Amino acid sequence: MAKNKKLNKAAQDVSAVRRSKHSTLLTVIFSIISLIWIYPLIVVTLNSFKKKAFIFKNPFGISRFPLTEGFDKWKKGIDQVFFGVRNYVNAWNKTGFPKAFCFSLFITVGSVIAIIICTSMAAWYIVRVKNKFTTLFYILCLFSMVVPFQMVMFTLSKFANILHLGNPLGIIVVYLGFGAGLAVFMFTGFVKSISLEIEEAAMIDGCTPVQTFFKVVLPIMKPTVMTVTILEAMWVWNDYLLPALVLNINKYKTIPIAVQYLKQSHGNIDWGAMMAVLVMAIVPIVIFYAFAQKYIIEGVLAGAVKG
Amino acid sequence: MLPTSIAFVIGFIIPFFYGIFLSFCKFTTVADWKWVGFKNYGRIFVVNGKLDTTFLHSLWYTSLFTVVTVVIINLAAFGIAMVLTKGIRGTNIFRTAFFLPNLIGGIVLSYIWMMIFNAVLAKHHMTITTSQWSAFWSLVIVVCWQQIGYMMVIYIAGIQNISPDLIEAAKIDGADGKQLLKYVTVPMLAPTITICTFLTLTNGFKLFDQNLALTGGNPNHLSELLALNIYDTMYGTTGWQGVGQAKAVIFFILVGLISVIQNKISRSREVA
Repeated sequence: MAKNKKLNKAAQDVSAVRRSKHSTLLTVIFSIISLIWIYPLIVVTLNSFKKKAFIFKNPFGISRFPLTEGFDKWKKGIDQVFFGVRNYVNAWNKTGFPKAFCFSLFITVGSVIAIIICTSMAAWYIVRVKNKFTTLFYILCLFSMVVPFQMVMFTLSKFANILHLGNPLGIIVVYLGFGAGLAVFMFTGFVKSISLEIEEAAMIDGCTPVQTFFKVVLPIMKPTVMTVTILEAMWVWNDYLLPALVLNINKYKTIPIAVQYLKQSHGNIDWGAMMAVLVMAIVPIVIFYAFAQKYIIEGVLAGAVKG
Repeated sequence: MLPTSIAFVIGFIIPFFYGIFLSFCKFTTVADWKWVGFKNYGRIFVVNGKLDTTFLHSLWYTSLFTVVTVVIINLAAFGIAMVLTKGIRGTNIFRTAFFLPNLIGGIVLSYIWMMIFNAVLAKHHMTITTSQWSAFWSLVIVVCWQQIGYMMVIYIAGIQNISPDLIEAAKIDGADGKQLLKYVTVPMLAPTITICTFLTLTNGFKLFDQNLALTGGNPNHLSELLALNIYDTMYGTTGWQGVGQAKAVIFFILVGLISVIQNKISRSREVA
């Protein structure tokens, strides 16, 4: 019996060792894959500090000469390739990056706030006041989630023009309208699960409907608010076509538009400036990701399951 | 409620229904339309009595692109998710790294890869747009790089939702790794697989930014996916807006069909 136990334990030990060896191997393999995965970002960052000519001559190295020709020569080669921050200065001037960043930030924050407040209220209203109009509105919202942007792009941009919505403030209305479908859908799903009694209790304690909404309903909806915020922010921040068609392009360029115009306005791409502007476009995203990773992944999950 | 309704009417209701109406008209702005019936729809396929295959080519190209990306993205995402749920060291860092490209927008993403592709292809005296196939695979790589992380996150959540008891039971019954995967993991993941398949399906079908920035439809419109084809028709030449709008209606019907099928499949699963 005792022998048997010993044997059993030995077998377990062996399998544990095997498993840990297996998992160390996997860790190594995945470290390599992960590095390859983000390698393009590293290359872009390195290239943004190189002289234009060397970006294509030697895209993946940082020196003009290979290391095999001797360390000193290699080191000298780095100096010849290195361009300092001049690509950044160039890109900064050519694209008006600070302005583009501000427009992007303003439009994203504004749209998300508008979407959160307006659609959460609308969803609450749809669930609590059931009539023909709200039902129809809800069905149309669901329907709008299926419609691709190309279907409405022409008419939408022309109407936005007529209504003078071609500025950062006006485009928020457009985003609220076109982004409403998903948000309303997600909020209604949640409001349905809130028990009426809590709201009734608030009403009895003397809350007006508006107070009830902001003090009771909205705090309960916090998880959904986070989800909708993440989903809509990712969409608006990276959106290219809608702002390109709706906004007055000469005056207001968001980051994606500024990047795209760096190519169009000069025919040939200034790859030095392009590398720099790409890095500048990626850095805010990486910083945001570092702080909000948990919420982003939760948001993506909730959005995927319900969408 | 009221502001949402107004914005919704401006941002969706009017453009959508007016868009359908305009697909039956000849127009250059929203005000000066002339009813032409189904002429626009005809001009998608036949121009001046000659068969025009641009749209059909684009439809075929898009379908092929979608199928290829759906298969690659889902297999890769599933594979990575399987490994990352085994509790190996560094799981969180790997997950972070794989998900990162997803947050970067299509335009920025495309230029990152354009630099890399051009640098690599230059050695073979090619560019991305040398042929429709170099353009095709460039697009596939970029889109896979972007979406694998996203789908991976969804698969990880799905795998973690499978009850450990079930796997334990199967192991006691003597199932080996392959059988476990085939008879337990994959069937239990069916809802997740459905979600990811349709997400990648619609993403592939609706792809625009990457197409515009990376290939611009070159060479000679051959690498145009549907969305870019519609955009080009609408804004490329005057007098063709109606045709563009008609194409958009067809595009909408196709995307709508995919969604209806998805809905049917997930519904039938809920009942079962």
